[in-house]
Amino acid sequence: MEALLTSLLVFMIIAAVVALATRELLSAVIALGAVGFGSSAVFLLLRAPDLAITQIVVEVIALVLLIRTTLHLSGRGIGEGPSGRRVRAAGLFCLAFLVSALFALPRLPRLGEPVMERIASAPSSFYLERGLELTGSANLVTAILLDFRAYDTLGEATIIFTAVLGALTLLRKKCLTSCPAGRELEEGER
Amino acid sequence: MSPVYLLVFVLFLVGVFGLLTRRNLIKLIISVAVIEAAVNLFLVLAGYRQGGIAPIMTEQHPEVEAFAARAVDPFPQAMVLTSIVIGLSLLALMVGISLRLYHIYGTYDLDEIRRAAREEGR
Amino acid sequence: MKNRSLIVQRVSRWLAPFIFIYGLQVILYGHLSPGGGFPGGVILASAFILILLSRGKEEAGRRLPLSRAGRFDNTGALVFLAVGLLGLVLGGSFLVNFLQRLFPGRPFSLLSSGTIPINNLAIGLKIWGGIFLAVLFLSVLRVGGDPDRGLKTMEEE
Repeated sequence: MEALLTSLLVFMIIAAVVALATRELLSAVIALGAVGFGSSAVFLLLRAPDLAITQIVVEVIALVLLIRTTLHLSGRGIGEGPSGRRVRAAGLFCLAFLVSALFALPRLPRLGEPVMERIASAPSSFYLERGLELTGSANLVTAILLDFRAYDTLGEATIIFTAVLGALTLLRKKCLTSCPAGRELEEGER
Repeated sequence: MSPVYLLVFVLFLVGVFGLLTRRNLIKLIISVAVIEAAVNLFLVLAGYRQGGIAPIMTEQHPEVEAFAARAVDPFPQAMVLTSIVIGLSLLALMVGISLRLYHIYGTYDLDEIRRAAREEGR
Repeated sequence: MKNRSLIVQRVSRWLAPFIFIYGLQVILYGHLSPGGGFPGGVILASAFILILLSRGKEEAGRRLPLSRAGRFDNTGALVFLAVGLLGLVLGGSFLVNFLQRLFPGRPFSLLSSGTIPINNLAIGLKIWGGIFLAVLFLSVLRVGGDPDRGLKTMEEE
């Protein structure tokens, strides 16, 4: 079990490194797909079938969107890599993060011992014990999502609404021609 | 100590490193997606129980106590479920911004975009 | 988009309704089995995105016009809010599961758990409309081609 989890995570890390290191954007996007499907498999191993279904569908649509943005560039690589100074600064930051993470690691609960067992007042135990009785929903993830924590879902719906509205506003025809840069572009073409 | 948490941290750091060093809009979007995957995995790992079952009751086993003693934590799963869908709409917004910039400048490279914007400003 | 493969068009035409039904099933059984409004809504959207990819945005726009997708998005959000407000009136607090308190159904049956299936449907409708709208709009702008032509066909719809 743990070996399987570890190997899947190593696979995801390799895919993420490939996605960020490759010079070709289309290959990078496909490597990102490997990360997403890997995390879907990990969710399945961690007994979260809801998440696995959602992750796999979301990943497909994300891939469709990203491939569409990069398809016309296929074969053309991107410019030279980042400057040495930037890499050094980022590497220093990551090293500092890793060192502090190593201090934090022993204090994390061991894998396989959920946090809710450590804290007596954790809401999760209450949800597990009384969820069916109070909401009548057999799927406790749905029970939490739409009954106990419906406020969070409302906020989430608001975020999606705002994000979609933002994407629509950015790509409206009016915006494409009326923004100063877009107008200049059109005049330049003329 | 299990290496799984450490590997999740490393995955997170790969995303952060990409976010700090890459100068291409698509690469930045990919970095954000990698960070998202790492954070989601970390939250779900915190609720995992060794040998547990999915937090879904079935009609064949309606005993609540036995179920509550074996099921994994459903709470992080519910929150991560919203996070995944938010990630998708966020990605749509980021792709929209990138396409818009590509429409104006004809490139995804942030350095080139900055140079072109500076020239336009003059 | 003239040179679309006939096989892809045919197969996607037969596949899309089944994906759609699967999405509906995931939404309706969200309180009994893995699934719910979020994955179900995305699956419903992906059925239309399949049409969008295989048969073009004109066809997809005919199946689910922009205005109707937007209306789905709004309706989902408003139904969710209305259920919440009904809970405030009938149950005492916002978003409370008043139906389960008034008419507790038999557990593990389709018509149980009060407002949860209604909310699942609302969320599914909302995600369906929102995601489809976003993908449709993002596929309108032709990158690397002539951006205006793609936009015109969209707004004439």
